[in-house]
Amino acid sequence: MALAPVSDRLAADATSRRRPVRPQGRAPGRVPIGYLFVSLYTLLALAFGILPAVYAVFLAFTKVDGGFAGFDNFVKVVTDFRFVPAVLHVTFYLVIWLIMLVVFVVVLALIVHAVKVRWAGTALRFVYYLPGALAGASSVLLWLFVLDPTASPVSGLLRLMGMNSFVQVIQPGNLPAIFAIIAFWTGAGGWIVIMYGALNNVSSDVIEAARIDGANAVQIALRIQLPMLRKWIAYMGVMSLAAGTQLFVEPQLLSQASNAVVPNDYSVNQLAYQYAFQQNDFNGAAAISLILLLVALLLSWVFVTRGGLFEKE
Amino acid sequence: MTTQSTAPHRVSGGRDSGDRVRGGRVRGGRMRTQGGRSVAGLILVLFVLFFVIPIIWLLFAVTKSSHALIVSNPFSVGSWADFVANWNQLFGFQDGAVTLWIGNSTFYTLGALVITLVVSIPAGYALALTEFRLRKALLVLTLVVMLIPSTALVLPVFLELNTVGLIGTPLSVILPMSFFPFGVYLTYIYFSTSIPRDLLAAARIDGCSEIQVFTRIALPLAAPIVALVAFFNFVQNWNNFFLPFVMLPSSDGYPIQVGLTSLLASTPAFNPSSAGSDSVQLPTLALATIVSILPVLIVFLFSQRFLVAGMTAGGTKE
Repeated sequence: MALAPVSDRLAADATSRRRPVRPQGRAPGRVPIGYLFVSLYTLLALAFGILPAVYAVFLAFTKVDGGFAGFDNFVKVVTDFRFVPAVLHVTFYLVIWLIMLVVFVVVLALIVHAVKVRWAGTALRFVYYLPGALAGASSVLLWLFVLDPTASPVSGLLRLMGMNSFVQVIQPGNLPAIFAIIAFWTGAGGWIVIMYGALNNVSSDVIEAARIDGANAVQIALRIQLPMLRKWIAYMGVMSLAAGTQLFVEPQLLSQASNAVVPNDYSVNQLAYQYAFQQNDFNGAAAISLILLLVALLLSWVFVTRGGLFEKE
Repeated sequence: MTTQSTAPHRVSGGRDSGDRVRGGRVRGGRMRTQGGRSVAGLILVLFVLFFVIPIIWLLFAVTKSSHALIVSNPFSVGSWADFVANWNQLFGFQDGAVTLWIGNSTFYTLGALVITLVVSIPAGYALALTEFRLRKALLVLTLVVMLIPSTALVLPVFLELNTVGLIGTPLSVILPMSFFPFGVYLTYIYFSTSIPRDLLAAARIDGCSEIQVFTRIALPLAAPIVALVAFFNFVQNWNNFFLPFVMLPSSDGYPIQVGLTSLLASTPAFNPSSAGSDSVQLPTLALATIVSILPVLIVFLFSQRFLVAGMTAGGTKE
């Protein structure tokens, strides 16, 4: 998402530009044109942002026959024998993925930023970013090939690690790392470019001053560049955490390709899907969706309030 | 996930010139030791390999027979005949299902794209440049929903559309995809920062109605941001998996991303039980992967320069 770099402008804009607008926007005695222009968007926002959330709340607290269920649906799904493993699977995946993401993205952005040959820097960013075009099922499919030692371009590497068959590669213990690698491969390039952009905002005078004071490249990275990246790293962490809790397509395809070596209720979202479409229990599915939605909302709330998005408004 | 992976190249684009200016001054100081330099170089190269090897392998794989794929060097070229055979197998799968899925993808993606533009651009304009009650509430709502991963709302949207009987229709995919708060936000930022208000005021004094101000003055100036919103929306729609997977029960309605699962299910190498009359070989599945991303790749490659140029032009128009 490109919103990070512009969020400052949003905050700045909020104070500096708003006031003079008021008299222009609304002509006296007429219905403000603003209503007309936002009407369709408001309609869609209600239909596909607010209403589904409200409806999920309604379903989660009702029984199949429509009666009030209290927290029964939540108790049912949380005590489901598949729920805790699914939460743990997603948690392990998130831990590995976030560590990978933060460490490698920051390191790569710092190094790419230090490359002074201009075409090389551009080419590197493009190469890192390219896999981003493969998202969804396509990227998972590609990784099925890479992980299958019979066809893999890195079969030597897999065999070196003692994995000679696809089933050996996708053992349950390996899955969090595998999903993390797939997600990193697809998404890291975008974040590297964001961090690169943020690094360009670090004033060169500051860096020059540090260098004159005798700081080396590592010290400059640790003492000056990293603290200035902190906000973006936090942003990346929150966005990735929120997206990662929704893990679905990777385990879904892997489960389909492995003859159920990978269970089809591996992630929390898959479990919700199972509730809705295998057990026809929409109330249970709504309860799980609501839990996931609350986690996502909580994370975005933390970001909006702590991330300074509205600081000046 | 998808916006996240597509948005950023814009960020760096406008800053290359600043980078160049500064390059002269700091050159040589950054990686002082030879050792540090080679470690950094090694890391860069390793990650280049990590990111490109799967893609390069994929390009070679589609030119091989399934036997050659396993026995020959992963990076050797196969033959044209094998490529044609793979092509024919892919497009012959279930009497041309792949063509149907690509058509569906195109329809859903473009349908949602048109609605998104018609809805988002005026909304972003109004949020930025006009005043009305609930304006701030709508802005906060946009920001919050934008930060929620779109997959979090898929099941609730399904439950909602299920009660109104839209499941299985194209609308069940197109309408939710048309709700694109990120696009509204981008437009809002653009109009808040890059359109001179004097220009709009002058147009009003000259007798333009509010709608004329928007269509004749603001919209032409906003062409780059319209392109940008269209680009992100296109990529996100085309790659969307979970939403159509849930909304469309019939194979006839699948977009290509969901269709890939049908191909995967018919691949004996991954599903030994599926060896049947219409089974798919590995190189064919590889070809399906390429075909499924081709439109995004083409749009991406062609629009990169244009989008970057558009953004920087938009920023300096004042």
